[in-house]
Amino acid sequence: MSRPRSQAEYLARLVPPSVAGLNRRSLLAGAAGAGALLGTGLLAGCGDSDSGSGGDATSVSLGSNQSDPKPKDVVAKVMDGFKTSSGVTVDINTVDHNTFQENINNYLQGKPDDVFTWFAGYRMRFFAAKGLAGDLSDVWGKLDGYSDAFKKASTGDDGKQYFVPASYYPWAVFYRKSVWQQRGYEVPRTLDDLNTLGAQMKKDGLDPIAFADKDGWPAMGTFDILNLRINGYQFHIDLMAGKEAWTSDKVKKVFDTWAGLLPLHQPDSLGRTWQEAAQSLQQKKSGMYLLGLFVGQQFSGADLEDLDFFTFPEIDSSIGAKALDAPIDGYMMARKPKSQDAAQKLLTYLGSKEAADITVKNDPSTLVANSGADTGAYTALQKKAAELVGSATEIAQFLDRDTRPDFASTVIIPALQQFIKDPKDISGLLTSIENQKKSIFTS
Amino acid sequence: MSDLPLIQADHAVPPPAATTKGGRGRRLRLLSRTDRVVITLMVLVPLLLVTGLVWLPAVATVLLSGTNWDGIGPVSEIEWVGAKNYDDVVNIYPPFVPAVQNNLLWLAALFVVATPFGMFLAVLLDKELRGSRFYQTALYLPVVLSLALIGFVWQLIYSRDQGLLNGVFGGDTDWYGDPDVNIWAVLVAAGWRHVGYIMLLYLAGLKGVDPSLREAAAVDGSSETSTFFRVVFPVMRPINIIVLVVTVIESLRAFDLVWVINKGRNGLELISALVTQNVVGEASRIGFGSALATIMLAVSLVFITIYLWTVMREDKR
Repeated sequence: MSRPRSQAEYLARLVPPSVAGLNRRSLLAGAAGAGALLGTGLLAGCGDSDSGSGGDATSVSLGSNQSDPKPKDVVAKVMDGFKTSSGVTVDINTVDHNTFQENINNYLQGKPDDVFTWFAGYRMRFFAAKGLAGDLSDVWGKLDGYSDAFKKASTGDDGKQYFVPASYYPWAVFYRKSVWQQRGYEVPRTLDDLNTLGAQMKKDGLDPIAFADKDGWPAMGTFDILNLRINGYQFHIDLMAGKEAWTSDKVKKVFDTWAGLLPLHQPDSLGRTWQEAAQSLQQKKSGMYLLGLFVGQQFSGADLEDLDFFTFPEIDSSIGAKALDAPIDGYMMARKPKSQDAAQKLLTYLGSKEAADITVKNDPSTLVANSGADTGAYTALQKKAAELVGSATEIAQFLDRDTRPDFASTVIIPALQQFIKDPKDISGLLTSIENQKKSIFTS
Repeated sequence: MSDLPLIQADHAVPPPAATTKGGRGRRLRLLSRTDRVVITLMVLVPLLLVTGLVWLPAVATVLLSGTNWDGIGPVSEIEWVGAKNYDDVVNIYPPFVPAVQNNLLWLAALFVVATPFGMFLAVLLDKELRGSRFYQTALYLPVVLSLALIGFVWQLIYSRDQGLLNGVFGGDTDWYGDPDVNIWAVLVAAGWRHVGYIMLLYLAGLKGVDPSLREAAAVDGSSETSTFFRVVFPVMRPINIIVLVVTVIESLRAFDLVWVINKGRNGLELISALVTQNVVGEASRIGFGSALATIMLAVSLVFITIYLWTVMREDKR
């Protein structure tokens, strides 16, 4: 072939013999990160709700992460209650729980709803410090029925409140009363008791401790409680804030203890979801399960009544067994709500006894934060859980709520899974965590 | 000497500097105003799209990879950290090495097993068996399903406690959880889909092969096998290149399946999944994730360059 003889031929030769589109597509694939960046930009608009109500206070928008049917229903009922008491309509935008959490940065920097669901902890304080959340000190002036622990958990680094707690749930060791009665098991008070009990359960053909970590976060609960029992609350908080070294003997002891308990855990946990582990407890194949109160969602009817729990046993008598993880869910206000007045009114209502009463009546799987609420409708399990949290000396939120999310998700999750896979090389693992921690916390 | 008139003729059509005025006048007359508007639009619109959707984000990714941006706050507050992210990726980020290995394994598995098998199926289907439409549809169906859905379908099969595989065979292999096993389990699922894709591409190519070639080979006494390898396969060179490129691209951008299964952790690390873990989501390590993405871009560029080089060399011949 020589030079093109006509314009058409010349143009035709500009296209490669194979499909030209492939080049473009491969470039796109190569720039996946770039695409991801774009994607996040687009997602920023997702939470935007145009209620079209402008400045008047006849409606207020709520971004909700309560996407499961039951909690979603409860939110709707609470908002109905607000409408009845104030005459202001609430537009609820429900987003899938995980999606909401993962897009929170873009959501808050875009056009967030006036009020949105969130958690207490590091992240809440972080958003407050970045100016992405509205100051709720005025609202707190009108709230009552909250203990100091809740107020502290709602306070940002600058001493102002940015969060209204609505509900919480403790992490504890759950078991079936019928199984334990039948076999004569007793609630362990110390680590030795737990080991003895586990050995007995193994003999009886049960997996002593149900365990699942496919999603990466459930193992954080185990780490948290062991760290709280061995090193206490303050060390936990400092470790999460990046102030303590992961290579210290204290952290090493946590992993050593965990390694000792691992043989009692259900094997092959990295391929199992928490729902499957909960079902093994429900089917009486495992003896106990360390999880949040939400484990009850996998139980119903008589099985739910059969469910009981105890707090994780004491390991060090000088530390005791009074601290626990009890993450608090609640509401925050956008930095610039369309109507500040309506948003604050809604938040005041959400923190009130009335809203808590509606939640209690409709949802048996959480505990309401307002102590003034009528808890007569609580199930036995809820009452016990409320007592447990009430008697706790310190309440931690949960590993991924108490530390930087980049550290929790990109460092701790793979590290804990690595530990579960290969519990022998603890110092190598801790050195790796410490190196990454230094890089992340200094940036 | 003989091609001298040709050169002169060539020069005469697009005139050199000497006759610029006349040349331009002629070209303007060739293209009407509408033509020019259309051509300008046809060049500008794709150019803008490619620049805006491909080049700008790609350049932005490379630039961001030198920063520690967390996705919050104005662009002016971004801090430059140089090559720190790359240093961290290589030296202190444990999932990186397994991710590279898995991407290579993915490429090898698709290239050695799935692609040849897809081609083999295409050859079989080309024989016009009875019910070939049905087989075609059945084999192509996984391609129509999204990888996310495929991940879910295979989850039902692979689940350790409630899955079909362990249920039927009574084993207790932790298909998705055991880091030594899960990459193979996932490759089966990915290959299942890839086979259908390649099959369809190749079948289309086979249908386009001139039947007289085969007849000629048959008349010359060539066997089925040697007809395929010596006549059909060489004739299908363009399709073969497409299939090769598709295989490479598929293995580089493999992502959705492992993401659905366990977000690309615990034995299923892939570079694309690591990028997403860091950039998208709550973590927002935009700078660090961009460094990973840039590495992926560099790897892709190697393959793209080889491909373009081959294609262009072929063009020159």
